[in-house]
Amino acid sequence: MPRLKIEDLDKIVEQKKKTMSLRDGAGRVKITVHMGTCGISAGARKIMAEVMRCVEESGASDIVVTTSGCAGFCSREPMMTVEVIEQAPVKYVELDMKKVNIIFDEHVMKGNIVKDYALAVGSEQTL
Amino acid sequence: MSAIPRKNVEEKSPVGKRGDGHRMHLMLCAGTGCVSGGSYKIKDALERELAKHKLTDEVAVVMTGCNGFCAQGPVMVVQPDEIFYQRLNEKDIPYLVEEHMLKGRPVEKFMYTRPVEKSAVPKMSEIGFFQKQRLLALRNRGLIDPEVIEEYIARDGYKALAKVLKEMEPEEVVREMIASGLRGRGGGGFPTGIKWKTCREAPGEPKYVVCNADEGDPGAYMDRSIIEGDPHSVLEGMAIAAYAIGSSRGYIYIRHEYPLALERLEKAIADAREYGLLGENIFDRGFNFDIAIHIGAGAFVCGESTALMASMEGRPGEPRAKYIHTVEHGLWDRPTNLNNVETYANVPVIILRGVEWFTSIGTGDVSDNPWGGSKGTKVFSLVGKVRNTGLVEVPMGITLREIIFDIGGGIPNGKKFKAVQTGGPSGGVIPESLLDLPVDFDQLTNVGSMMGSGGMIVMDENDCMVDIARYFIDFLVDESCGKCLPCREGLKQISRMLNDICSGQAQKGVLKLLERTCNTVASCSLCALGGSAPNPVLSTLRYFRDEYEAHVRDKRCPAGLCKDLITYYIDPDKCNGCMLCARECPQNAIEGERKEPHKIQTDLCIKCGICRDVCNRDAVLVR
Repeated sequence: MPRLKIEDLDKIVEQKKKTMSLRDGAGRVKITVHMGTCGISAGARKIMAEVMRCVEESGASDIVVTTSGCAGFCSREPMMTVEVIEQAPVKYVELDMKKVNIIFDEHVMKGNIVKDYALAVGSEQTL
Repeated sequence: MSAIPRKNVEEKSPVGKRGDGHRMHLMLCAGTGCVSGGSYKIKDALERELAKHKLTDEVAVVMTGCNGFCAQGPVMVVQPDEIFYQRLNEKDIPYLVEEHMLKGRPVEKFMYTRPVEKSAVPKMSEIGFFQKQRLLALRNRGLIDPEVIEEYIARDGYKALAKVLKEMEPEEVVREMIASGLRGRGGGGFPTGIKWKTCREAPGEPKYVVCNADEGDPGAYMDRSIIEGDPHSVLEGMAIAAYAIGSSRGYIYIRHEYPLALERLEKAIADAREYGLLGENIFDRGFNFDIAIHIGAGAFVCGESTALMASMEGRPGEPRAKYIHTVEHGLWDRPTNLNNVETYANVPVIILRGVEWFTSIGTGDVSDNPWGGSKGTKVFSLVGKVRNTGLVEVPMGITLREIIFDIGGGIPNGKKFKAVQTGGPSGGVIPESLLDLPVDFDQLTNVGSMMGSGGMIVMDENDCMVDIARYFIDFLVDESCGKCLPCREGLKQISRMLNDICSGQAQKGVLKLLERTCNTVASCSLCALGGSAPNPVLSTLRYFRDEYEAHVRDKRCPAGLCKDLITYYIDPDKCNGCMLCARECPQNAIEGERKEPHKIQTDLCIKCGICRDVCNRDAVLVR
């Protein structure tokens, strides 16, 4: 990695949007598994492995899988966020292997939110 | 369902009510998605244009929670007409304001028709747990991959550092921090800017910047979560502090119990070095700063500033007298600035969004006195007998009731709220009568508790206040370093008295002695550990004295928890003889035929409470 100049920050912002933001071309779906200590102790590593397996099995190349820290709602872990392009992100809570598979088939592949496992759509108020 | 429920409008802003003089409200989304899409730039542009057309008295701009239409963001709803604008751009605003707000012609090309909603899934802003939270220190929570530095940069990371290096003199940064009214989030509440100023002006070289990540309060994990979820926010805050103070060397003191946080911190520091964001000549502005990690062994007292520095120097983690300030004589006797993780995480936001914005959140007035209020937000770990446990960041001034009942969802299992413990072992217990207390540094101190680092433990009617006090005191007896007598011996005496009270062996007059001992320990201890250690006892004595008296006088534990003072029995009218408790009892102390009321043999009973937990008919009672 090169040493950054102040102007480089904006370049990284632009570049990174392409891989972070679906609107800017990152892919069709972004799945974020929340992996703080709390999430991991509730089983987030297994959830992550199952998501990876689902993606591999589907053969899809337009799904971005990423991790993040604690989403705050520790009593409802493990959690993941599914964002399909042109739609609001959806947070799923209290996940297990079965739920991950259903969410993957229904929401990720067909675009239907799985109401029974979803906590909410949208994002939090920041700043 | 409208995009923003009316209820929300009125709660969020008094201007939503009739008779306020505003004919129109512009509800601009401040959800994560819209903020990264530039909604604050749009807010500034709107306010500028409204002022230009002299519409400020007629039209109000209100920031709201997420609409759930993040894909179309930034979005804005114009009330009362319910006109929904999408994908707004700063450049569109002059035209929009002139057409719609001035001439009354809604602009079709920015409008968005919402699809008929198929899903019954609520929006984030409608979920109680998230509704009242406001994320500053946790601004990137759940949004970025903490191990990818570019993702932090993509959400305006290191821009504040660039700004101070390019545009601000160190003194200006210090002035900005003083004006912001930011106070130490580790619990002390000392104004951060004043600390920076004193350290900057202190003679001696080199100066050090230290981050206190030795989070030790039972039930508190704010710092861990910030480091795990967003380590660069702490590094950037430290670099800004170093520039302001004139330091080139930083340390993070973190306990070894946080392996994941440590791993992510190490990766973050390595990545920042690769990019030249730590090291020499950062951003080619001639500023050098690097950070090393110091791993602590997990002693509670090492969260105290002087003990922390002693530990870093390789000496036993023992504090020293406070009249020598660490900002002047700190690590290796050099001027040292020590702030908490959450404090540093707040710094970049304040630099980028400015003092005026930051001081609009929170309580009091800090314009000529940094102690005059509590500005910004505070992160709490909400745990204990509460439905939603988790990490919550709320604006200062929110009431305890809102935190426990609106965010926390109240007490589970139909139990009644009894008290909330804030501030960890140094804090105190706050009773139900004070639930409407606005949470800030000074209010919590006034009622005998403290902000502390942000642990918030909720207790219900089954928690015994004497037992709670005993728990914290026993924790502190273990954690006292033993250097000064009041803390070392006094806490042991307090613990003995509390144990006597809980076991029904306390003599008359013990409460007076307990109070006196507490006051002696508080006033004579060397450091804040001993100084605040009696708080759990003093605050429970203050608010739940009758409970202490019941233990001492009547040998009775009203909450039914202290084993030596209670007897389990079965209500024959409620018991249907299902045998469940008899099977589960580890002592085989429960007798009775099937379908006949059972009986507990008191001499065999060890009061483990399993029978009460398993009974489906609430037939097991405590006397």
